Amino acid sequence: MKPALVLKNLSKTYKNGVQALKGIDLEVPEGEFFALLGPNGAGKTTAIGIVTSLVNKTGGAVEVFGHDIDRELEVAKSCIGLVPQEINFNMFETCLTIVVNQAGFYGIPRSLAKQRAEKYLKQLQLWEKRNSIARSLSGGMKRRLMIARALMHEPRLLILDEPTAGVDIEIRRSMWVFLREINDSGTTIILTTHYLEEAENLCRQIAIIDGGRIIERDSMANVLRKLQTEIFVFNVRASLQRAPALQGFTAHLIDEHTLEVEMSKEQSLNDIFAQFSAAGIDVTSMRNKVNRLEELFIRLVDAKPAQPAAAVLPA
Amino acid sequence: MRAPSRARTDWIGFQTIIIREFNRIARIWGQTLVPPAVTATLYFVIFGSLIGRRVGSVGGFDYMQYIAPGLIMMTVITNSYANVVSSFFGAKFGKHIEELLVSPLPNWLILTGYIGGGVLRGLLVGSVVTVVALFFTHLAIHNVFATVSAVLLTSVVFALGGFINAIFAKNFDQISWFPTFVLTPLTYLGGVFYSINMLPDWARAASHANPILYMVSAFRFGFLGTTDVDLRLAFGIMIGAAVFMFTLAVQLLNRGTGIRD
Repeated sequence: MKPALVLKNLSKTYKNGVQALKGIDLEVPEGEFFALLGPNGAGKTTAIGIVTSLVNKTGGAVEVFGHDIDRELEVAKSCIGLVPQEINFNMFETCLTIVVNQAGFYGIPRSLAKQRAEKYLKQLQLWEKRNSIARSLSGGMKRRLMIARALMHEPRLLILDEPTAGVDIEIRRSMWVFLREINDSGTTIILTTHYLEEAENLCRQIAIIDGGRIIERDSMANVLRKLQTEIFVFNVRASLQRAPALQGFTAHLIDEHTLEVEMSKEQSLNDIFAQFSAAGIDVTSMRNKVNRLEELFIRLVDAKPAQPAAAVLPA
Repeated sequence: MRAPSRARTDWIGFQTIIIREFNRIARIWGQTLVPPAVTATLYFVIFGSLIGRRVGSVGGFDYMQYIAPGLIMMTVITNSYANVVSSFFGAKFGKHIEELLVSPLPNWLILTGYIGGGVLRGLLVGSVVTVVALFFTHLAIHNVFATVSAVLLTSVVFALGGFINAIFAKNFDQISWFPTFVLTPLTYLGGVFYSINMLPDWARAASHANPILYMVSAFRFGFLGTTDVDLRLAFGIMIGAAVFMFTLAVQLLNRGTGIRD
């Protein structure tokens, strides 16, 4: 089985000298739900732009299901569905026209395109808006319309560049369910997002890109295992004047009902609860201080030697 | 399901671009179809009826009859150009050109689709002006082949011109410079309202450097059987310009000029 996407020594230097990609290598297996993460300006959108032929590469190679974009561009493109970061449909066309036309650009006959339009607009809760012009849609609806449009030719590889940016939590979670179903049906998905909770929830594989280089590439489980310590927040019933002394742990009092406790991955939460019980402290609830992937992401990006996200080449 | 053949995919893609362009023309009919009809009516009333009566005959035809093919051609030129330049630049500006760029349609076909849209509008509006002209004068076709081939080739050339303008344009000002400062003067000086035989020698010689003269003259020949230029040269110029500009536009698209980083 050929990988869904292979990037070989992919590089991009813009005309103004900005080196957005510095020879990245990446392989995304078929069927994966893959997270491509990185801070703003890291090179994610440039990489996606090259794969989808919206950006010309400077060097390297791209293969989509074994089809090299330099030799079999049209075949490679027919395998990909793109949900871009920025809204990019004609604001004066109706939702139905936008998706049916997009299917036409991929050679889908109009009768079949209309059936698929109904299917995907209904699944994304846009069927009632099918005759509304795109400009009149809310931000969340516009994002969903771009997903419906990208699915019209039923691509084998779906690339989502921040698909849930600006979408409220309820719709975001319904989109997660929908995307899981798409992935379960065999479509490979590459997701970029700034909501790391989203990546942790959805993706099984992860790559982190920063400064035009891949700085981490592993399964989500392995990456999270690298997190050495976690901070837990405990809400307690009785008011506290100072943080209790916990043997082997560092506790900080945030307010009289809230404690933060840092714990390494060798330690046990049971030990903390045992000490709380011994001290007569009643815990009413607890949570991670930050999302685990977010914690790791910040550490990885911060640990990298200081350099601008996109360094300017010497003249 | 069997995968569609490359040719079938391309044909459906081409049809989709044409349908989209037609819908655009129809959606903004107040900007696309009505103004040329109003302008043509004014030209016929003022130049044809009021002033034309004092001009007398030109090349053996009454003035209204003489300028009608020129006015139709002028409309075809400006509308073929305007449709492609505004549609393609609008798609660039609104980023929905990316819908086509990520699709498997080859660049030459995307270009052909836009040219088709330009020709469609040019012919639609040209037909409207022809109907208006029939209220003012009698028009009979002398040579169908010359009429049809001249209008199609001219429309293709100016649709390509609009496309190349839109590729290089970075803002809305830059899509109006060429029509305002080049296209309109060349059209007015291209024998729409007069025969170059009415001009002094130097102006007649200079007029031969204006490509629009050849297009208008070839089209007028199709109606009236009279021409100011050698028809073989006229069709040679139109075919040569279409081939050159098509090749250039495909090269620009392949390079990603103005549309890809």
